[in-house]
Parts: sequence; C-alpha cells; structure tokens
Amino acid sequence: MTIAMEFQPGSRLPQVDGTALVRKARRSDGRFEVIGLAVLVLSMIVLLSLIIDFMVDGLGRISYDFLTSFPSRRPQQAGILSAWVGTTLVMITTAALAIPLGVAAGVYLEEYAAKNLLNNLIEINVTNLAGVPSIIYGLLALGLFVQTFGLGEMVLVAGMTLALLILPIIIVATREALRSIPIEIREAAYGLGADKWQVVSMYLLPTARPGILTGAIVGMSRAIGETAPLITIGALTFIAFLPPAPVQGEFPFVNLDWLFSPFTAMPIQMFNWISRPQAGFHVNAAATGLILLAMTLLMNGAAIWLRYRLRTRY
Amino acid sequence: MTVARDVNASVDSGERRVVISAGFLRRRRLVGLVMQGILFAAAALSVLVTAGIVYVLLSESVKFFAQVSLFDFLTDTEWTPVFERPRFGIITLVSGTLMSSLIALLVAMPLGTILAIYLSEYANPRVREIVKPFLELLAGVPTVAFGYFALLFLTPIFQWFIPGLSGFNLLVPGIVMGIMILPYIVSLSEDAMRAVPASLREGAYALGFTKLQTALRVIIPGAFSGVTAAYILGMSRAVGETMVVAIAAGQQARLAYNPLEGAATITAYIVQMSLGDLPHGSLAYLTIFAAGLTLFLMTFTFNIIAFWLRQKYREVY
Repeated sequence: MTIAMEFQPGSRLPQVDGTALVRKARRSDGRFEVIGLAVLVLSMIVLLSLIIDFMVDGLGRISYDFLTSFPSRRPQQAGILSAWVGTTLVMITTAALAIPLGVAAGVYLEEYAAKNLLNNLIEINVTNLAGVPSIIYGLLALGLFVQTFGLGEMVLVAGMTLALLILPIIIVATREALRSIPIEIREAAYGLGADKWQVVSMYLLPTARPGILTGAIVGMSRAIGETAPLITIGALTFIAFLPPAPVQGEFPFVNLDWLFSPFTAMPIQMFNWISRPQAGFHVNAAATGLILLAMTLLMNGAAIWLRYRLRTRY
Repeated sequence: MTVARDVNASVDSGERRVVISAGFLRRRRLVGLVMQGILFAAAALSVLVTAGIVYVLLSESVKFFAQVSLFDFLTDTEWTPVFERPRFGIITLVSGTLMSSLIALLVAMPLGTILAIYLSEYANPRVREIVKPFLELLAGVPTVAFGYFALLFLTPIFQWFIPGLSGFNLLVPGIVMGIMILPYIVSLSEDAMRAVPASLREGAYALGFTKLQTALRVIIPGAFSGVTAAYILGMSRAVGETMVVAIAAGQQARLAYNPLEGAATITAYIVQMSLGDLPHGSLAYLTIFAAGLTLFLMTFTFNIIAFWLRQKYREVY
C-alpha cells in the first residue's frame, strides 16, 4: 500500500528504502504477536485465578462430614449430601433421555433427511434451540411440566428440562461424528447387501461412537452446572432427606420412586449459600463450587482427551 | 462381515449359492421403516420443544397483557410488580440486561478478535493444540461459579480501584460475562477466518503483505459477516446469561445508566421471582412469562441475524 502511494506515474522510480519498510512491517507484525500472546495469557490468568480462588476459599472445608451431612442453619454443620445425591440422580435421568434422543435425531438429520421443507425446518430449529437461553427452558418446564402436566418439583422434571437443554449439543456432535465417516464405508456396506438401518446400526454408529461420546460428555458437563432452569421449576434449597434408593432388597429390586421425589442439586445449594450474608456459608459455597468445578473440568478434559486420541483415523 | 452373520441365509453347499429368504427381507424392511419412523420422531421432537416454548410464553403473556396494557409495559420506567400499586415497565429490566451485555461485548469483542487472528494467522499448530482445549475448559466452567467469582473475588478487587463501585454492580458481572463468551466468540470468528480461501491469503503474501496486514486487510474483510455473526451470537449469550447477573448484579429493578450500581436484568428478575413462592396464575407469576417472552424475542432476533450472516459467508466461499 505504502509503495503504491509513493509511486507517481511519469516520474522516475521512487527511492524506496525496502529494507526499512520490511523492518517496519516485521516490527508491527511482531508487536501483534506479542499482543495476541498477552491476551491469551490474560484469559489463562482469569481461569487460573478462578480455580485458585475456589481452592483458597473452599478446599479446607471439604471433608467427609461435608459430603455426608444435610444442609443446616449453622454453616459449620452444613453439608452437601442431599445436593450431590440430587445432582447424581438428575444427571442419570438427563443422560437416559438426552443421549438416545439426541443421537436418534442426529442420525435422522445426517443420514435420512432428504432435502425438503420439513427437514429444513427441523435443521433451522435445532440451530435456533442451541441459542435459546437456559432460563427459557426453565420457563417451558414451569409452564408445561409443572403447571399443565401437574408434575411437581421432582427429579424427573429436572432431568427432562436439562435433557431438552443439552439435546442440541448432542445432536450436533452426533452429526459431526457421522459426517467425518468417509462415504466409502457406507458404499462398501451397501455393496455387501446391507440396507440403510443395517448400515447405520452396524457400521456408522459404532464408528461414530467416540465422537458421540465426546458430545455427550460435553453436554452432561453443561447440564451438571446448570442452575437457572432448576430454580424456575422450583427446586428446593433446603432438603434434609434423600430420595428413595434406586435399588431395593426385594423384588423387583429396582425402585423408580426417586424420579418423583423432591430434590436439590449442587449448583442450587451453592447459589443458596452465596445469597446468604454470613461468611461461613460463602465458605460452604466455595467448597461446593470447587467440587462442581473439578467435575466439569474433569469431564471437559476427558472429552478433549478423547477427541485428541481418536482423531485422524482416516 | 457382521451383515453376513445376521442374514438368514441358507448356503447350498453344492452350488455355493446364498439364498436370502423372502421372510428375512420383509422383516428387514419392516425394521428399517420402524427405525426410520423412530429417528424421525426424535428429530421432530425438537420442533415440538420450540412450539412448547412459544406456546407457554405466549399463552401466559396473553393473560398478563389482559391485565396490563402493552403500552404501559413498553413505556413505563419503573418495574415494581409486587408493590401495592404495581408498575410494569420492562424497559427497566431491558436496560439492565443491555448494559451488562454491552459491557461483556466491549470486553469480548477486542480480546476475541485479537485471539482469533492470533490463532488463525499466527499461532503454529502446537500452540493451537494447547490453546483450543484451554478455551474449551474456560467455556465449561459452570456459570454459578463465575457468579461467585464476580461477587466475592473480583468486585472487592475492583472496589480498590473504583471507589464508587457498589457491592452489587453491572460492571464486574459484565466483564465476567465477557470472559465467559470469549471462547465462543473466538471459536466462531476463527472458523470464519479459516473459511477465507488460502488463495486470497497467498495472494496477499505474494504482494508483500505481512501477516498483520493480511489479517487486517484481507482476512477480516473476507470474514466480515462471519465475525459479525460471532459478535451477535456472543451478545445473545450475554443477554440470556442468568447466574452471573443474578448473583453479582443485585436484584433492584431500576433504569441502568450507571454501570457502577447494581440493577436487575430480565434473567435475574425471573430467578428472583422463582425463588419465592409464586401462586399459579397470579399477576406476579405472569410477569416472569412476560419478561421471559421479551428475553426470548431479544435472543431470537440476535440469533436470526447471526444465522443470516453466517449463511451469507457460507455462500461467498
């Protein structure tokens, strides 16, 4: 640009100090690289200071008693037993609903859907759902599940709400995993005489499994920390009992009553403790947050590791 | 191989001929059709979810607007739904939402663009290999943890430097939300930048452009619609973000012109009302759906614009 401006037609060739220009350009290039690195380091510092802040505030509070006590009015005696049990049960429900539904929808959109208006509508709709704020899902659950269907504040409703919330994540992951499978695999299977469902169930899904698993883990880690939709459906913050155990001694050994039990969850418990004025509860909140943070970071880390390890197979 | 084992085939050893029974083909056809139906139902469920959201928000809002005029809703400047003489000026909540989101965008836009350029044009693959997972980790932090971080760690630090900063304010949650949407903006704008054909990049290099000149004069103009879409989607995220503002921005509904003071956002209001015991069908109960509808319309508009912009850059290349 600079060269072009200094050159006048008709005049003699301008005296351009090329080396100086190059040096200048290199300098500004280098300067930007430093700025880029600085931004990178800055965002890393934010994440690190967040983790360290939670460790400093909460690590000392995590103990066996903390994990096995119910919430209490006295911060020193309060624990997260009902919260982590609730989170576990809600997560089981969410996974049981969202993973099969999301994979099925992803398979349909990627393998079956012909290009027509209806499928186009579904496609746009999935994209749009991914951008709907989580609290809107909470309002959907409040208006539909709680008020219209008359289901109260229970594990099942929370599981359904979070399942709808992470459905787009799993659909997108499934589609990407399927898309990365070379067409030759499909053609070879058809060549052997397989029909569409056989190709999907015997070749594509097993091959896409790592990618789908990665998406499922990311989705679950999102659900585990999700707070707002659970608040709108009315999750209680003070629960001093556990839902019925899922396994029992007598026939039929499996008990599904826990699905209909009131619950609390770790992010709810944490939010409740943050909103209290006493510093003792803030320590409890930090301890809960640290556990939550460790869980989500581990899950995300596992997903990243999985993707890294299983990449470039073709 | 798996197929061969499952096929109900009888092998005539004399002629080495595989015969597939008609019954097997019929059953296979049936299974295929049933499975296709099930898969379609799962995909169609997503449309039902959207329909459900729209239905719930609209039906409850209709009841709300039967009692409160739309004009008051849009023009009143106070939001006091539980007072004796309630007032419903949604502008109040919208101002808090927009203020905190704009702060988030002001943080995330420059940082995100610099990072995206750095990753797509400068960083070697090894650096990218480390940075991208790190950004994913940052995106995976639960929002309630960011809320705690904003209220109990960052706000006290900021109060050292900014004397007028109240304990609940819009500035710190805004900045934290900016950090939250940063990974999102980076990954979307980097995608857009990488979609710019290598030939343009090489052409610029051949003309003697440096990396920075290429990025600023070729890549960003080329990826303009994609990068803009990234900003808009980031804004949409910030508008819908709940826990950070519910924890650190306070619950007081007031016109937010001063980011150093707290103000309730739409999302924070919904959380606050949901925490109390809302009688079903009461006016206070209906307000959260009217507020939710406003929020949904805002994010929906952002998402549609971004969708259209992204469609555009896909068409170009």
